Amino acid sequence: MDIKLDAKSPQGPIENRWAKFKGEMKLVSPANKRKHTVIVVGTGLAGGAAAASLGEQGYQVKSFCISDSPRRAHSIAAQGGINAAKGYMNDGDSVYRLFYETVKGGDYRSRESNVHRLAEVSRDIIDQSVAAGVPFAREYSGELANRSFGGTQVSRTFYARGQTGQQLLIGAYQAMMRQVDEGTVKMHTFREMLDLVIVDGKARGIIVRNLLTGEIERHVADAVVLATGGYGRVFFLSTNAFNSNCTAAWRAHKRGALFGNPCFTQIHPTCIPVSGDHQSKLTLMSESLRNDGRVWVPKKKEDCGKHPNEIKDEDRDYYLERRYPTFGNLVPRDVASRAAKVVCDEGRGVGESKRAVYLDFRDAIKRVGENVIREKYGNLFDMYHEITNENPYQVPMRIYPAVHYTMGGLWVDYSLMSNIPGLFVLGEANFSDHGANRLGASALMQGLADGYFVIPYTLTNYLGSGKLEKVDVGHDAFAKAEGDTNKRLESIVARAKVGGARTVLEIYRDLGTTMWEYVGMERTDAGLKTAITKIQALRKEFAAGFKLVLPNGVKERNQLLEVALRVEDFLELGELMAIDALDRRESCGGHFRAESQTEDGEAKRDDENFAHVSAWQYTGDPSKPALHKEKLVFEYVHPTTRSYK
Amino acid sequence: MSKSTDKKPMNITFKLWRQKDAKSEGAFETHALGGVSPDMSFLEAMDLLNDDLTKKGIAPIEFESDCREGICGTCSCVINGQAHGPERGAATCQLYMRNFKDGDTLVVEPWRAAAFPVIKDLVVDRGAFDRIIQVGGYTGAKTGPHADANAMLVAKPDADQAMDAAACIGCGACVAACPNSSASLFVSAKISHLAMLPQGHPLRERRVLRMVDQMDQEGFGHCTNIGECQSACPKDIKIDFIAQMRREYVKAVMNYRPESASGGTG
Ligand SMILES: Cc1cc2nc3c(=O)[nH]c(=O)nc-3n(C[C@H](O)[C@H](O)[C@H](O)COP(=O)(O)OP(=O)(O)OC[C@H]3O[C@@H](n4cnc5c(N)ncnc54)[C@H](O)[C@@H]3O)c2cc1C
Repeated sequence: MDIKLDAKSPQGPIENRWAKFKGEMKLVSPANKRKHTVIVVGTGLAGGAAAASLGEQGYQVKSFCISDSPRRAHSIAAQGGINAAKGYMNDGDSVYRLFYETVKGGDYRSRESNVHRLAEVSRDIIDQSVAAGVPFAREYSGELANRSFGGTQVSRTFYARGQTGQQLLIGAYQAMMRQVDEGTVKMHTFREMLDLVIVDGKARGIIVRNLLTGEIERHVADAVVLATGGYGRVFFLSTNAFNSNCTAAWRAHKRGALFGNPCFTQIHPTCIPVSGDHQSKLTLMSESLRNDGRVWVPKKKEDCGKHPNEIKDEDRDYYLERRYPTFGNLVPRDVASRAAKVVCDEGRGVGESKRAVYLDFRDAIKRVGENVIREKYGNLFDMYHEITNENPYQVPMRIYPAVHYTMGGLWVDYSLMSNIPGLFVLGEANFSDHGANRLGASALMQGLADGYFVIPYTLTNYLGSGKLEKVDVGHDAFAKAEGDTNKRLESIVARAKVGGARTVLEIYRDLGTTMWEYVGMERTDAGLKTAITKIQALRKEFAAGFKLVLPNGVKERNQLLEVALRVEDFLELGELMAIDALDRRESCGGHFRAESQTEDGEAKRDDENFAHVSAWQYTGDPSKPALHKEKLVFEYVHPTTRSYK
Repeated sequence: MSKSTDKKPMNITFKLWRQKDAKSEGAFETHALGGVSPDMSFLEAMDLLNDDLTKKGIAPIEFESDCREGICGTCSCVINGQAHGPERGAATCQLYMRNFKDGDTLVVEPWRAAAFPVIKDLVVDRGAFDRIIQVGGYTGAKTGPHADANAMLVAKPDADQAMDAAACIGCGACVAACPNSSASLFVSAKISHLAMLPQGHPLRERRVLRMVDQMDQEGFGHCTNIGECQSACPKDIKIDFIAQMRREYVKAVMNYRPESASGGTG
């Protein structure tokens, strides 16, 4: 495949580019929209908003999700809030500032045109969500409340208690269900996309497995929109939902879609530490806690076993305040996470595992009173109490970084279209606007921007630009893709029959441990090579056999079979992440290569050699992907060293 | 309530509901599991049990979960007779094994309600909830650009109360806990959420009439003010919303003007 990466961003002053695109785009008349079928996979913020908007416009939308209801998408778990450059607080915010901070926060590894558009439409998202009935927090004046979040110096984050993701998702879900009632959206729950169907070089359909009956189905359309979320679960332990997976994106990748910056992973600094081998997921404690909590560890190793309340102030190391006096506890996520790792590596971690630091509210409670703290964070404190059996009003919380978000994803152009015409990718699933590090409260913004305000235009432009041939599910390409899927399922049955030393979950946990150890917060040349060897060995084990019980084959509901199919894809993606991390011999954002750091341990970027998107092509051998580069040009936000000192 | 801080692994006996599909008869099956840490969540103990069953060549028990932090509403087990188990204000996934003692037996069943047919083992079909939302659980605003969000003020107490109702996670525990299998708490939460906000007013009457009608058609029972739903709700949604729904319903019956044919002749 000959690939030329062209983002196709409009030219001219950055603030006019989106308007220019909209002004020049091709349209589809209302009467013709009805004749187009569009597949939307995923019902999170990105997919839910896309299906609602495209249905509203009159397209025939087929929507798919793996859960029993579209409302269960992983977006529901987002707590803290959503950014928008409304400037309501009169504190110096603007579209330009949000654009600037997002490019800088992403450590100069995102595309300026896309990010500017994101900042522009952020304002519309709030208007849309309020119109849809999202009960955002309000002031006594009746106006919307804003807070500062995740290290920004302006207050631009809108929130609905600690349940912002839930409320925004329910807003999109309700708008989509209205379209179901109108007959423009047809909902397919309990369906997992297992392959992409390409006809004449264009994305024209998908193969899905009905998770209740095990039946394999073919679905045809004029375009396919993937909004299937991130792949943080490759680490097994993460804050992501249990069923989050990479399968839809990975299968599209294996059919030719390029994977952009797979190694860019966000490790969130404030999560509840791992408590044992049984653990199935990690729980995030919202970043907003860092507004009032102070992060510390004992100065002396000997104190680490002591009860925290017995350690005197002068024996505490408030290391973020010490290292970053300007931003203190509010430094961006990547910086805060790494700093926690450093103190734990020095042997100053706390808790049973010694892999934790304190997040302490003692001073805030003294300053404003327990009631104010309870009002702000009550639900989070309760959640912490429930999980750890410790009362954070009395004892500092123990926290540790955990995998949270993946900035990498399928490569897309300005229209959010992959290199396969007709395949659009939205939300966390695309390689996104966040570069090498995402700022807090910006994923919800991006998901809804993509779904409500970008795809309705760019998809229409695509469909209006040329005639598509008539294709139905009888086409050879569908038969071939379905055949491939069936072969895969048969092979799983065969391997389950062979058996093996370990269950699917045991192998999966092992992959996760390997990824966390070598492709996690700190990456080295030797470590990444070790990871590659280990992943290849795991893949070999998995290819030979595993323990999985399939009493009636694959034609029935079996959740562990679903996990097996996903693990097979994670075992390939994991290696690509290591290969990408190995290739990127610089530190930037969440990607920290130990070989590339300053004397005081800060990340050292290499703009001369790495100011590009690494877009990987599948070649048939997961160990030998081909690299394509999209050069990043910075006309507005000129790369400087990110300093939060 | 302070719980045991003992970290010793426990032996737990699981009495689990097995059912092939909606048409088949179900029965309990008993399995013993050792090495259960009190720090495990209930679902992690179920993971461990399934790994154990797999190693013995026995089909794993089907149960649902996703976020595992009490917000997606996917998990749904009746444990020892209580929807979501003994912990108040918590979903099944937020239940920790430290609530139980070494040697305890846990009886685990699916939601039981005619409107939620069993799909397999502990998994039920809650599609009825989506169909109720589909007929009216929205404001009706089109997606796209709108007037500035601050153009219409909403009094803070109204917004707060709307949020109290909107906190519903749609898990269905209210139905499972209700002796009548009524869905009133779920439906009233949506109706109250949107009735509290000015954005919800244009479709206010149509909404309550259509949603209540759909609820009846789905085969849910009637509410007789027992209050089990509120006790089982992982989000502490209050039955006051059911009273609000009734008021909305009566008002709507009195006031509702059906939509007239649109378009005109011009
Ligand atoms: C605990 C937590 C808190 C967070 N808090 C915040 C926050 O405060 N602010 C913020 O901005 N961001 C936050 N984030 C990040 C944000 O929530 C996510 O990045 C975002 O919601 C992703 O949305 P999405 O629509 O791209 O995908 P998702 O919501 O993950 O949706 C994926 C959809 O795809 C479907 N799907 C997946 N695979 C398949 C398949 N193979 N076939 C068919 N369907 C499939 C799923 O069923 C689902 O419907 C948080 C994340 C976590 C984990």
